[in-house]
Amino acid sequence: MTLDHGDVAVGTELPELVVRVTRADLVRYAGASGDFNPIHWSDRVATSVGLPGVIAHGMFTMALAARAVTAWSGDPAALVEYHVRFGRPVVVPDDDRGAEVTVRGKVGALLEGRRARVDLTVTSDGEKVLSLARATVQLR
Amino acid sequence: MTLDLDLVGRSYPPSAVYEVGRAAIAQFAAAIGADDPLHRDADAARAAGHPDVIAPPTFAIVVSLEAAFVVLSDPDVGLDFSRVVHGEQKFAHHRPIRVGDRLVATTTIDAVRSVAGNDLLTTRVDLSTEDGEPVCTATSMLVARGAA
Repeated sequence: MTLDHGDVAVGTELPELVVRVTRADLVRYAGASGDFNPIHWSDRVATSVGLPGVIAHGMFTMALAARAVTAWSGDPAALVEYHVRFGRPVVVPDDDRGAEVTVRGKVGALLEGRRARVDLTVTSDGEKVLSLARATVQLR
Repeated sequence: MTLDLDLVGRSYPPSAVYEVGRAAIAQFAAAIGADDPLHRDADAARAAGHPDVIAPPTFAIVVSLEAAFVVLSDPDVGLDFSRVVHGEQKFAHHRPIRVGDRLVATTTIDAVRSVAGNDLLTTRVDLSTEDGEPVCTATSMLVARGAA
């Protein structure tokens, strides 16, 4: 089910999505995506290239942020365009708590062809991790 | 700047066919916590007007990023891969990727820039079916951090 054009206005806020990310999640994402870069599972390698520790795949964070959009629109097929800039990494400690990623979204513009642009704010530990994160949703 | 401006517009031969499997979509959806039945249940997907199960929106990276590696292995590009990070990513979906799709990726260098000693390389991967139906355009900006 997709949102109706009439239900969406500039400024409409999406329900907030909070996701906890642990090392186990990164290993699972590595397997599913085929991205086995060791900075996403090895502290030794991550720190040797100057990172504070193991970091989440940027594409994993991008995927989590998309969930806030598809949960709101009710249809993963409605997300027709999606852009992010990877501003700052999500550092994931080797414990059961992991890191917390918070996704907030707001309709920034109504576009031609019954589409809406959603502007996303994605933070971890109080810091913005994605910048210029925008999704275009096809409405009914 | 280590990147040659003449690289802009360079295109690479189409990739081998990537066949989109049911298990691959289910595994990717589980990994990102996407619990929508359209990623797992063919009946639910058909009820929503799709011919079969569809992939989550960022699944396209599985095919497109691997295809974009042809650029990094091009000797004329010569980026130090150990210094490369993902700067930006964009997807323009022409339709959702679905089970059974036989996708072919064609990679093009869209832009090269140098900013503050870093090399920025933008690659565009056009995903289409074997028959030429456009499915997704995935644009990746990679940053090769300068050796400071």
